[in-house]
Formats: sequence, structure tokens, C-alpha cells
Amino acid sequence: MQTKHSNGWLRANRQKIAPWVFLAPAMLFFTVYVIAPIFQSMWYSFYAWDGIGEKEWIGWGNYIELFDDDRFYVSLKNNVIWLLLYMLAVPAGLFVALFLNQNVWGMRFYKSMFFFPFVISQVVVGLIFTWFYNPNFGIVAVVWEFFGATPPSILGDERFVTYGIIFAGLWPQVAYCMILYLTGLNNVSTDQIEAGRLDGARGWRMLRYVILPQLWPATFLAIVVTVIGALRSFDMIAIMTQGGPYGSSNVLSYFMFEQALSEYGFRMGYGSSISVILFLIMMVFICYFLWVMYQEDRRG
Amino acid sequence: MFPTPIEKRSQSRRIAYRICVPVALFVWLLPLLAIFMTSTRSAADINTGNMFGWPEEFLLIENYIAVFQQSKAATYFLNSIKITVPTVIISVALACLAGYALAIYRFRAALPLFFIFVAGNFVPFQILMVPVRDLSVQTGLYDTVAGLVLFHAAFQTGFCTLFMRNFIKALPFDLIESARIEGVGEFKIFWYVVLPLVRPAIAALSVLIFTFVWNDFFWATVLTQGEVSKPITAGVRALNGQFVSQWHLVSAASLMAAIPPVVMFFLMQRHFIAGLTLGAVK
Repeated sequence: MQTKHSNGWLRANRQKIAPWVFLAPAMLFFTVYVIAPIFQSMWYSFYAWDGIGEKEWIGWGNYIELFDDDRFYVSLKNNVIWLLLYMLAVPAGLFVALFLNQNVWGMRFYKSMFFFPFVISQVVVGLIFTWFYNPNFGIVAVVWEFFGATPPSILGDERFVTYGIIFAGLWPQVAYCMILYLTGLNNVSTDQIEAGRLDGARGWRMLRYVILPQLWPATFLAIVVTVIGALRSFDMIAIMTQGGPYGSSNVLSYFMFEQALSEYGFRMGYGSSISVILFLIMMVFICYFLWVMYQEDRRG
Repeated sequence: MFPTPIEKRSQSRRIAYRICVPVALFVWLLPLLAIFMTSTRSAADINTGNMFGWPEEFLLIENYIAVFQQSKAATYFLNSIKITVPTVIISVALACLAGYALAIYRFRAALPLFFIFVAGNFVPFQILMVPVRDLSVQTGLYDTVAGLVLFHAAFQTGFCTLFMRNFIKALPFDLIESARIEGVGEFKIFWYVVLPLVRPAIAALSVLIFTFVWNDFFWATVLTQGEVSKPITAGVRALNGQFVSQWHLVSAASLMAAIPPVVMFFLMQRHFIAGLTLGAVK
């Protein structure tokens, strides 16, 4: 009797229950490994904890220390530099895409070869550029010596190091933006280009007033992935400098790792407070992106 | 087409373009070429500082064999496969189910849930680091392949769900509607109607997640310790420490680490690009 009764209820509410059944596995995984850890990290950020022993509640202690920590401000400043310079990938990607958007024989091959750097691990990219920047035998050494100058130690000099790493990071990122724009350019309406031509729009004006507005979806995506990529930068720094020299190339993501989980110590609580700050910075961008997506979802 | 097709330009312009493209490509890929050349050099070349000239002798195969013989590269490589393949299967499967639910059913929580998946996909790894590591240590999953698989699968589910939901939403809804009228069960609709239609999305996600997870370095550093479960990205870094100033071997190892995603990309280029552009810009 009981089973029959509940069966009937299931049948009647099938449309209401089904989505939750479909969602359950994904939600379980995502909650355990993504959602819950976010709140746990926030919680840990109020403790002094070495990861093994007892946690000690210290309230805002970690944050007070953080806001008094010079290394935090160096990392924050570098994050801003990363964010600003990494954005160059967007126009650079557009430029390369415009250069390659032709239908000549062999173009498909060229396009995929230009995309190559994005497919490679950042670890490998980091290693390649570390070696390039080496003042004794790298490409930098060869070029500088050719002009009779003493090669600078890009990764060993506090003034250049962050720019050196960002330059290396731009290589795959430009490739990514390029591919977004190439697919976008494929979709640009020919009618509008023809109409523009009749109106006498050419070159720059055509790009500005006819092409770019139609490329907005590609531009938006390029900005999203570039902002997230800039704030997530970790691999390159870990491989190329480990934040050095003297912490001058640190960014929040690496600074956090260094504090929480490296030979410098296991300060999980302090590390968590850094990650919370980074999280809040990224949430500003994420919320903006979601808002734009929401607007488009409502329209479409 | 924009810019103006080059065929409509003058002869001289066409020739200039024809020359410019390969030159630009050469400069663009110079780093890769250099590392490839280095991986074929002899130790003597490296020691005498012949880094960019013509190699004294080509030791392509010898160097690659040396990497395998002198290090745990084979183990790292195998670990990468053991981590990547199950991750792809789990996350794509979960996303098919979740994406279907979020695209097809009209319920109030659908949009907020969708946005949680999207937002979760963008959060910095560092905010997950301490709790995920702690969880792994406590469940005995630290320093195991399974630990990495479970985490990657969960994290990538966010991106996969975003992609799947958008893909399924673009399918004609009539198909599902008419199946419902015929009295087909919800799971059967998913299995027999929707799943065959999302095959391109599955292909796109598979190549993309494969590449993302293969190239992961952060979690490989955080969740592994020894050689038992270290994937190739973390392995290359370990090799870099082991082969100090033996750049020919480091280069060979790095290139090896890059091969699987590159092959994946060239074999399934169209799907790969469809995935990267979120299917939004077709």
C-alpha cells in the first residue's frame, strides 16, 4: 500500500522531482569540492593554524597582520600590473586575427599553428622563457651582446621581473584571444560590411563602427578569460621566479601558496586570509560577468 | 569579409602578404623551435654555449630515451593519463545530467544554480586549497591519483555544466515536448532524445577538459608529494631540478609533456575551438 501511494505521488510530481535527480550528482561533487571549501577558507582565516595541530581563534588577527604586511602590498600591486598589462592580449589577439583572416591556400594551417602556444602547459612556457631570459646563454644575451650591450638579468632584477613574466604569459593568452576573434570574424554579417562599404566606410572606421560592435560576444569572452587568467596567474611565477627576487614578483595567488604551503611555513590561517582577499577581488569581476550574462540570457 | 580579401588587392600586396605570414609564424613560434632544437643537441653543445647555432650532432631520439632512463618521466606520464581520462569521463557525465536539468526544466532554482556553477568555475584556486588539501589528507586521498581525479572532476563540472546547459537550451524544445506527450519517461528522454544530440558538445568538452587537466600544475603541486601520483607537469618541474643545466634533457621532457594536448588539438581542432568559444560564438 505504502509503495503504491508514494509511486502515485512520484508520478504526479515527476516534472518537479526529475531536475533534482539529474542535478544531484553534480551538486554533490560541486558542493564538497568547491562551494563548501570557500566557506571553510573564510572560517579558517580567523584562526592561527599550522595545518596539523590545534586551531586557535584569533578573530581579525590575520587580516590585521595582512594589512600591515609589505609583502601583501607588493603582491597586490603586481596583481594590478598583471591585470592591466594582461589586457593587452585582447587588442593583440584582435590584431593577429585580422592579420590572419584571409581565405588564401594554407591559411587553416597557419591559424592553428598560431594557436599552438595556448595548448602547451604554462609550466613549459615558463621554462622556455626562463631559459630565454638567462643573461648568460639565453636569447636575451645573444641579442644584447649583438648590439654590444651587457644583457640585463630580467628575472633577477626587481624592476623587470614582473614584466618579464607577464610578457611570457601574454604569449599563450594572445593566442587564445586570437582564436576567439577568428571565430567571431567568421560570423560577421557580410551584408553589413557591404552596406558599410557603400557608405564609404573603410579600414579603421569600418572596424570601429561596423565590425567591432558585431564582435562584442568575442570581446566579452576575451575580457572574461583574460581577467580571470591574470588574477589566477600562478604556474608561471612558480616556475620562473617563485615570487623572487625578494618577493618582488609575488602576486596574491603565489603569496598565499608560499605562506600556507611551502618551506616558508605552514600558516594555513594566514594563507586563508590572503585567499579570501583574492576571492573578494575576483568576485567583483565575477559578479559583473554574471550580471552581463544574466542580461543576455533574459533577452535571448 | 573583413579585412578586404587579399585576392582583391594588388599583386604586390598579395606577394607581400604571402611572405609576411610565414615570417610572422616563424617569429611567433621561435620559442618552440628553439626548445625543439635544444632537445636534439648533445651535452657538449650545451657546455660550449652553442645554444642557438646549428647543433653539432642530432641526438633527438637519444635525448628522449635518456629522459626516460634517467628519470621517472614514464611514471609521471602514466600518472597524467590516469588522472586525465577518468576526470574527463566523470565531469562530462555529471555535466550532461546537470546541464539537461538546468536547460529543460522550468523551476525557480534553475538560474541561480546555473550561476553558482558558472561562478564556481571562476573562483581562485587558492580559496579552495587549504580545505581541499585537508579533506584529501583526512580521507586518505592525499598523494593519490584518485584524490586528484575527484577534485578535478568536481571543479571542471562547473565549466562543463555551463557549456552543456547552453548547448541543450539551443536544441529544439519541441522534440522533448512531443516525447513527453507520447508518455516517454524523463530519463528515457534524456538518454534517447537528448544524449545523441549533444554528441558534438561531449566531444568539445572532452578535448578541452583533457587539455585543462593535463596542463594543471597547481593542484598537482598541492595534492601530491612523491612520485607515486605526480603528473607530468609537476614532474617536469622536478626534472628541471634534477637535470640542472642539462637543458637538452629538460627541453626534451618539456616537449614530451606538451605532446598529448597538442595531438588532441590537431585531431579535434573544430571541437576544441567550439569548446573554447563556449559554443556562443560559432
